[in-house]
Amino acid sequence: MDVMPKWADVILIPLISILLAAILSALVILAIGENPWEALKLMVDGALGSTYGWGYTLYYATNFIFTGLAVSIAFHARMFNIGGEGQALIGGLGVAIICLFIPWPHWSLALLGATIGAAIFGAAWAAIPAFLQAKRGSHIVITTIMFNFIAAAVLNYFLIGALKAPGMEPATPKFPEATHLPSFQDMFNFGETTFFRGAPANITFFVALAACVALWALIWKTRLGYEIRSFGHSETAAKYAGISPTKIIMVAMLISGALAGMMAINNVQGEAERLVLNAVEGAGFIGIAVALMGRSHPFGVLLAALLFGFLYQGGAELALWTSIPRELIIVIQALVILFTGALDNMVRMPLERLFLSMRRAKQ
Amino acid sequence: MTDAAPAIELKGISKSFGPVQANKDISIRVMPGTIHGIIGENGAGKSTLMSILYGFYKADAGEIFISGQKTAIPDSQAAIAAGIGMVFQHFKLVENFTVLENVVLGAEDSGLLRPSLARARRELKSLAEEYELNVDPDALIEEVGVGMQQRVEILKALYRKADILILDEPTGVLTPAEADHLFRILENLKREGKTIILITHKLREIMEITDTVSVMRRGEMTATVKTSETSPPELAELMVGRKVLLRVDKAPAQIGRKILEVKDLNVTDDKGVHRVKGVSFDVHAGEILGIAGVAGNGQSELLEVLGGYEKGTGTILVNGEEIDLTGAKSDGQSRRARGISHVPEDRQREGLIMDFHAWENTAFGYHHDAEYQRSKLFMNNAAIYKDTEEKMARFDVRPPDPNLEAKSFSGGNQQKIVLAREIEQNPDLLLIGQPTRGVDIGAIEFIHQQIVALRDQGKAILLVSVELEEILSLSDRIAVMFDGKIMGERMPQETDEKELGLLMAGMSGEAA
Repeated sequence: MDVMPKWADVILIPLISILLAAILSALVILAIGENPWEALKLMVDGALGSTYGWGYTLYYATNFIFTGLAVSIAFHARMFNIGGEGQALIGGLGVAIICLFIPWPHWSLALLGATIGAAIFGAAWAAIPAFLQAKRGSHIVITTIMFNFIAAAVLNYFLIGALKAPGMEPATPKFPEATHLPSFQDMFNFGETTFFRGAPANITFFVALAACVALWALIWKTRLGYEIRSFGHSETAAKYAGISPTKIIMVAMLISGALAGMMAINNVQGEAERLVLNAVEGAGFIGIAVALMGRSHPFGVLLAALLFGFLYQGGAELALWTSIPRELIIVIQALVILFTGALDNMVRMPLERLFLSMRRAKQ
Repeated sequence: MTDAAPAIELKGISKSFGPVQANKDISIRVMPGTIHGIIGENGAGKSTLMSILYGFYKADAGEIFISGQKTAIPDSQAAIAAGIGMVFQHFKLVENFTVLENVVLGAEDSGLLRPSLARARRELKSLAEEYELNVDPDALIEEVGVGMQQRVEILKALYRKADILILDEPTGVLTPAEADHLFRILENLKREGKTIILITHKLREIMEITDTVSVMRRGEMTATVKTSETSPPELAELMVGRKVLLRVDKAPAQIGRKILEVKDLNVTDDKGVHRVKGVSFDVHAGEILGIAGVAGNGQSELLEVLGGYEKGTGTILVNGEEIDLTGAKSDGQSRRARGISHVPEDRQREGLIMDFHAWENTAFGYHHDAEYQRSKLFMNNAAIYKDTEEKMARFDVRPPDPNLEAKSFSGGNQQKIVLAREIEQNPDLLLIGQPTRGVDIGAIEFIHQQIVALRDQGKAILLVSVELEEILSLSDRIAVMFDGKIMGERMPQETDEKELGLLMAGMSGEAA
């Protein structure tokens, strides 16, 4: 019997965790002599107070949806894919090659091509650690971490070599006009009033939403999802049922890598419109927190990604307008990760006890 | 009886875990120098009660008296200090320590080990002579058999000056001969004035060795009686709360054609240990072949190879056709396609996904079946759900709720879910391992009836069990495995536990 009703598990615990993280953050801000209430107002205003702020929040959220989904699907097969960062970097390489070397007639086709390219490149980068895990038993955590470094080096190599644009900067040339994706500014332009002016959010956000729905259906409605979840819950039982561990490890990691790679259509094709060094900016790691907080459920990932999008954008505003240093923003984000991910039981245990005593009182 | 204070007296012990009341107002008096049995089904609260006595759990209410003294037992250190020793079902030994080191561990005299070890060695010697507790003090735990490991556990308790010894399901891993040895030790201990509490679900042991027996059911102590004044049927009724059939009623087998033929099967596990050594046997339609043996003698590996998820070498024919034992296509799916169903030995680790809903478990292993598909890609969850409802009704699974997670069902009902899934596939051959392990008596009766009914439909059944009673009452033919080999085949009406026990201990078939 479950101790707590489902809503408490899904909504109450994350909310309390966020609240605790917020309180602790407030204390830290107070300690360095700033007003936490003002800081919060600034963050909310900066991230959600205008369509410009929303444009940034949703842009960041799009990145986190992809990497969060990537970590989630691997979690369902009980694998910890820490390589989202590297897979997204290599996905960016795929996007750059496809945008630069194929003469696309229209952005929609370019989006389709780049999505496939990003997915294939990301999946290929995840395939090697997955193979080593499935066949040689090399731990996926170790190999995917190492592959993040290799990915960064590979990108370096291309950006100062084959793909380098003329000039000083280690970056590709600007992608051709026909590959530029419609931004929210283009899409929500109603004559007089332009929404999302200057913000990087673009059509990729809707691709991310579609990915959420698709992954949800994959996990809970298809035979493949059934097999992945079976394997994730019990490898011995999966073997008994005739589910091949090798197949599941490979397939789950390929999907995971593909999703992480697809982040590149947002940041590389959608925003920068060229490939630069360190294009991913840690979104691969944020994806782990997003997946943990979202309980590996695609819709949970969506909500968690929005929260982290808010924290990113709000944090940037905070650094811009107050003397709170940029590093402290990272501390606040880290506190949220700590409370929602690592300290889950700290909130869960007392809450479970509370529900128990409530139930006993009722009897 | 009234002159001496009881060695242990519990008064009004209650303990609940969340909504589950594991112990309800339990009172019990255990007299010194007796063997007191506590019997009850799984989940009746026996282990909880003993854990309270040993300081693992704190009772919500109630008092503990040791030799007439009210005693608080907040932790196991206090229990040891009060003279209580516990031998767990799963031994708590350090595998790569010697027997001597394990005995001393946690009870060293000082920071220096050598004097402790020397003292322990002397003490062990005298204990061994006194109680027939012979062990080799310098052997590594991982290299000695379970019988000796258990003796080490008892020695550990005695070394800590225990006067009261609690044994939790001590014979589960022993051969009949080893169990007899253990009982002799317990008799010796009793003679020396020690008090012994024996927790078990085996009626035979209770009748054989205890002086007094307490029966627990659903967290309550339903009766305490003198063993000499009761009988197995009466105890079973007290445990379950209704009359139960202890023996299976079955008609003579109608043996048909050969379904399964195993020839010279060899299995080597991942660690390179040769587990099954040249085993050959047949199973016919309408027949139950029981494989007896102490756990760990190759029966599990035999089932795993037949079930398709371990590799082996040799020949296996099903309905006259050879099945692939090593190739990439040799998996559980290929076996199911050949009409082999498999109720695995460990339902929690293999047969079920404990976190899955009951309905998801119904499709487990058969998730490729056409009736469960909506399209090439999507499964028909509604159809699986409906199928589960029907299966639950036919197999009397309680509660009949397909949305409950497997882990929320009792052991017996979990087993019924697996059984319903495997039997209703209408297989030619059913592999079934430990069908009633951790299953309450009421459900055992039902499960046995289902197995016999399947046999009477003309199916071949390969039964692996470590419960000799079960093997004897269900099988039409019995093969005994020891050390990866079949020691001999017997007909159940022409053999008894003693003969099978010798075979299980590795005495050759002819000598036995």
